[in-house]
Amino acid sequence: MSSTGASIIDELPGPDGRRPLSGDQAGTGRLGDRIFKAAASGAGGIVVVLVVLVGAFLLITAIPALRGNTANFFTSRDFTTSPLHFGIVQLLWTTVMSSIIALVIAVPFAIAIALFLTQYAPRWLARPGAAVIDLLAAVPSIVYGLWGAYVVAPKFVPVQDAIQTVFGWVPFLKGVPSVSGGTTILFVGLILSIMILPIITAISREVFAQTPMTHKEGAIALGATKWEMIRTAVLPFGKPGVISASMLGLGRALGETIAVMLILSTIPNGAPWTWSFFNGGSTFASLIASNAPEAISDMRQMGAYIAAGLVLFVLTFVVNVIARVIIERRKAFTE
Amino acid sequence: MNTKRIGAAATLALAGSLSLAACGSASNGGSTTSSSSTGASDTASSSCGTAPIKSSGSTAQQNAMDQAIAAYTAKCASAKVTYNGVGSGQGITDFIGKQTAFAGSDSALSPDKGEPAKAQAACGSPAWDLPMVVGPIAVAYNVKGVSKLTLTPDLIAKIFSGKITKWDDPAIAARNSGVSLPATPISVFFRSDSSGTTDNFTKYMNTVDPTDWPTKHNKSWDGKVGQGKPKSAGVGQAVQATDGGITYAEWSYAIVNKLNMAELDSGAGPVALTPETAGKAIAAATQTGTGNDLSLKLDYKTKAAGVYPIVLATYEIVCSKYADPTVAANVKAFLTYMASSEFQGTLASVGSAPLPPAFQTKVQAAIQAIS
Repeated sequence: MSSTGASIIDELPGPDGRRPLSGDQAGTGRLGDRIFKAAASGAGGIVVVLVVLVGAFLLITAIPALRGNTANFFTSRDFTTSPLHFGIVQLLWTTVMSSIIALVIAVPFAIAIALFLTQYAPRWLARPGAAVIDLLAAVPSIVYGLWGAYVVAPKFVPVQDAIQTVFGWVPFLKGVPSVSGGTTILFVGLILSIMILPIITAISREVFAQTPMTHKEGAIALGATKWEMIRTAVLPFGKPGVISASMLGLGRALGETIAVMLILSTIPNGAPWTWSFFNGGSTFASLIASNAPEAISDMRQMGAYIAAGLVLFVLTFVVNVIARVIIERRKAFTE
Repeated sequence: MNTKRIGAAATLALAGSLSLAACGSASNGGSTTSSSSTGASDTASSSCGTAPIKSSGSTAQQNAMDQAIAAYTAKCASAKVTYNGVGSGQGITDFIGKQTAFAGSDSALSPDKGEPAKAQAACGSPAWDLPMVVGPIAVAYNVKGVSKLTLTPDLIAKIFSGKITKWDDPAIAARNSGVSLPATPISVFFRSDSSGTTDNFTKYMNTVDPTDWPTKHNKSWDGKVGQGKPKSAGVGQAVQATDGGITYAEWSYAIVNKLNMAELDSGAGPVALTPETAGKAIAAATQTGTGNDLSLKLDYKTKAAGVYPIVLATYEIVCSKYADPTVAANVKAFLTYMASSEFQGTLASVGSAPLPPAFQTKVQAAIQAIS
């Protein structure tokens, strides 16, 4: 006797000590059923095959360049493709630092905005407010790039000079005279923070809005002020959401291309190393964007850029894994 | 409060996009005006193409190409030419892949990369490099109070390699008597993207002063000092905004950004960059291609009077014999117009220099030989 189409509702109230009833997964054998199954599993399979093929293609293209590389790929700061002499240290530093700066600026802002919109703002303000934030996400990155490079950067110079004068003794904030006009890693981080703000805000807002009313009422019933209620009920509930939102934002910051390319001054290969955020540089994405079009006719040169792209891919992957781990851990403590 | 901040940011971003649009329309307006004026004074002898042709390649000749296409199609309503500025490398790849009828390139097909052989395989006949547009490279600077500056080849190499770091360096002052140079530090700007301009400029420095610029020519900047900015527009804007800045840029961008351009003294007195002095560099070049393949070797070290040697000869790369005679006829018609003195005379308005008249005749002869 086939149990196709069996429903748990048939057995309510629930059976004791028995696994819940499930269908035997047998189709009705009708044509539509089979076509749908084939289409769905085909789509799933193709995605996996595609990712594997893309990965394989990238690796195969990168290998000849890596073989011909006269510098150590992981420790060299130079990036020259003719002759092949390239390493990722400078790129990795610039990419990671600009993204972290962006995150450090954007996350507190985003949380504050999300809390305001969900907990404090009157209803008539909350909706348009949210829409305005979302609008920021709709601004194309080239606009941020041009605006940042030509409008804001010159105005940011005095701010940077002031920071250098006061905090110049910190290695990260030492002045770098060879980079002028405010086009530094710190400034790119600032522009990137505006770009990732809407993503983090939108997700945080959704999560905060879903804090169970019982948690909030419980806190208030115990005599908590509004701030204490937010601290004890809303924030802990929203934590995993905020973390995953931040990781999404970080992903965007790591991969941002055109805005970084327009804003950040690149530095020549032989430039002295400095820990300062006031240095220039290239990120993985901006390097590839500015050089790949001319390298496309030479697969060995192209391979060098593809190798850099692979590192970015791995970096993004690692960030996502870390985010997943954090979220899984935190989940246990909520609700 | 926060909402207000974001609102302000959004407004500024909007303003940015509007000003960008304004730039775009301004340059469009310019090219339309000039093309209609050339169309009006049209007394051309060349014939018109009938079928559409596609081409792609160097961005250095994009402006000249846009101008040529606008003027040509104004003259020949039946013709249609498209040019896609995708970069020289991609342009050659497209040409070899038979996607385009001809390619625009900053350099002739390179035997080191096996390009002539690949192009010959694609065409079924040898491919020819035809110099068409001369792109002078200006050494543009911005020093407060200095509107006239003379540099020698070794001063250029020393400045761009970081051996001279102040504008009042005695070596610069010795060549500029009567000019009061400030003690401003020199800020070198270079192209952060791979570019033919960088390639040619580093080739120039390596040729004229190998002790101060020992690295060979490269599309990416090999210097040890300076900061990189994207594209010609980026370096032009950066110099404009920086007191003490210096860069190398295509002439048109130096004009657009209203930058001062250094005069060059190669040994026979200071030479300013003009269409004539740049054109003379082509006249002084030696032909390295055989027959109708007119690839050139520029003589950077020339000491002849009145020559501005830092120029970029951009080529159109064509098949000597096309498989499809219609394509051949259309390519011929368009290039004949482009090489005509009628069109070459208008090139200065887009920041390119015309080919010298004697050389135009040579290019015309090669175009007529295409079949």
